[in-house]
Amino acid sequence: MLKISNLYKTFNPNTVNEKQVLNGLNLELKDGDFVTVIGGNGAGKSTMLNMIAGVHYPDQGVVLLDGEDITYLPEYKRAKYLGRVFQDPMMGTASNMEIQENLAMAYRRGKKRGLGWGITKEEKQLYTEKLKILDLGLETRLTSKAGLLSGGQRQALTLLMAALRKPKLLLLDEHTAALDPKTAQKVLELTEQIIRQNSLTALMVTHNMKNAIQYGNRLIMMYDGKVIYDVSGEEKKQLQVSDLLEKFQSVSGGEFANDRMILS
Amino acid sequence: MNIVMAMFGAVSQGLTWAILALGVYITFRILDFADMSCEGSFALGGSVSAVLMVRLGWDPFLTVIAATLAGMLAGYVTGFLHTKLKIPAILSGILTMIGLYSINLRIMGQANTPLLGQRTMISIGKGLLPEAAELGILDSTLQTWVTMGIGLVFTVAVIGLLYWYFGTEVGCCIRATGNNEVMVRAQGVNTDHMKILGLVISNGLIALSGALVTQSQGYADVKMGVGAIVIGLASIVIGEVLFLRPRNFALRLFSIMIGSIIYRMIIAVVLQLGLNTDDLKLFTAIVVTIALSIPALKKNKAVVRKRS
Repeated sequence: MLKISNLYKTFNPNTVNEKQVLNGLNLELKDGDFVTVIGGNGAGKSTMLNMIAGVHYPDQGVVLLDGEDITYLPEYKRAKYLGRVFQDPMMGTASNMEIQENLAMAYRRGKKRGLGWGITKEEKQLYTEKLKILDLGLETRLTSKAGLLSGGQRQALTLLMAALRKPKLLLLDEHTAALDPKTAQKVLELTEQIIRQNSLTALMVTHNMKNAIQYGNRLIMMYDGKVIYDVSGEEKKQLQVSDLLEKFQSVSGGEFANDRMILS
Repeated sequence: MNIVMAMFGAVSQGLTWAILALGVYITFRILDFADMSCEGSFALGGSVSAVLMVRLGWDPFLTVIAATLAGMLAGYVTGFLHTKLKIPAILSGILTMIGLYSINLRIMGQANTPLLGQRTMISIGKGLLPEAAELGILDSTLQTWVTMGIGLVFTVAVIGLLYWYFGTEVGCCIRATGNNEVMVRAQGVNTDHMKILGLVISNGLIALSGALVTQSQGYADVKMGVGAIVIGLASIVIGEVLFLRPRNFALRLFSIMIGSIIYRMIIAVVLQLGLNTDDLKLFTAIVVTIALSIPALKKNKAVVRKRS
């Protein structure tokens, strides 16, 4: 499904702020993998997602999606294969547009947009049903502007939009980081439900090691722009947070623990 | 009597300038793009229309279409400068505006083009109606009424077109681009194209307004666009203040048309009261400031009341 080969990326080369974020990153995802990605700050997790999404292009290396080379494809052209949920709840929806208009934008992802009407009656029916699944009361507020929703509601909406046109790959970049624990839990449950119901392949970056262990069938740990630990199946299920901390220390020989990690 | 005539004149002016305000609304509010090329496009529309009528004897209505197309081209240039050459938004507009000043001079070959005795849409419209004397009114009154009628027809047509267009798939993409570009790209839309599209439509409309104004005022001038942005914004803001929060898009567009008319009425009253025409631009700035600060002042009053 996804094959990342030898990805290199340096930001601000030849300046004081030069940072080599990706160092020969290699990763392969099979259809149906739900992979959680953890790592310290600056490990390259978000950069990796941005490379896949096309926000930045790598200096070297190849990104293949189902065999197609998308390494240098513009962001909006790749969007038809991808579903994205961002860390910032404000970023996934257009606040001045109604909930149904946001969904209508997502519904047309990958299609040519012409002078056809922005939303049809049949669509509104579809959206009402889809929103019921979220169980947030949004199905009666189709005409409310997205800006009126809370952060959690917007993330749930973004999630729905990302999965509306079944994407080849769902990219979740710390999408619960800005939410309170209760809402974060709800969004994570929704995430798992949507991934399961649609049999999606997903990459979820998270700082929460408990969640990383609990969700998904595979876990990878990144450090210094490379994958240093890759575990799946039964072995992953048996993991404890302390195991991950030890693993990190042994492989990197350094401090992994910052308060955010241990406390969450 | 004088003031009544002035009011009619204001309404007719308000209508011919309303399309300018609609164009400005598209870039400033919908696309969230501070497009300064508006001043150049307005004069471009006027110049193109005037020259095609006077020098090449074109049909006045066709010159309006040509003027609109010219404006669209100007909008494309601004869009190109911003999206492909990555020049900041305001600067792109300014560059186009400055370039257009010379281009407009070139088009007309001089600083202004009078439409003496020229057939315009207004004169054609008048020709379809009986003589002013037969109707028992002054010729100038008939002129004003015809101008009003033509302005109204054009403005309502444009409002209808815009209401339809921004409900289409593409129109929704343009609206979303002005609101959250990142999300739009993530949904597979080329935001560069959307910005260019918005600029093209906006400047096309602004040039259309320029052509209408030229035909109604009887001349085109390179400087006719100076201050057009503020006039456009004044119309938008006055409309906003009066209609508070229009629930749907159509009402929003109509509020801009009304705002344009009211702006002209305020100017007419103030001129009647003896304001120096030189001070007009300062007055406009003050009016816009007041209109923009009304929401803030209202809030202030409420807070002060709660405190005491």
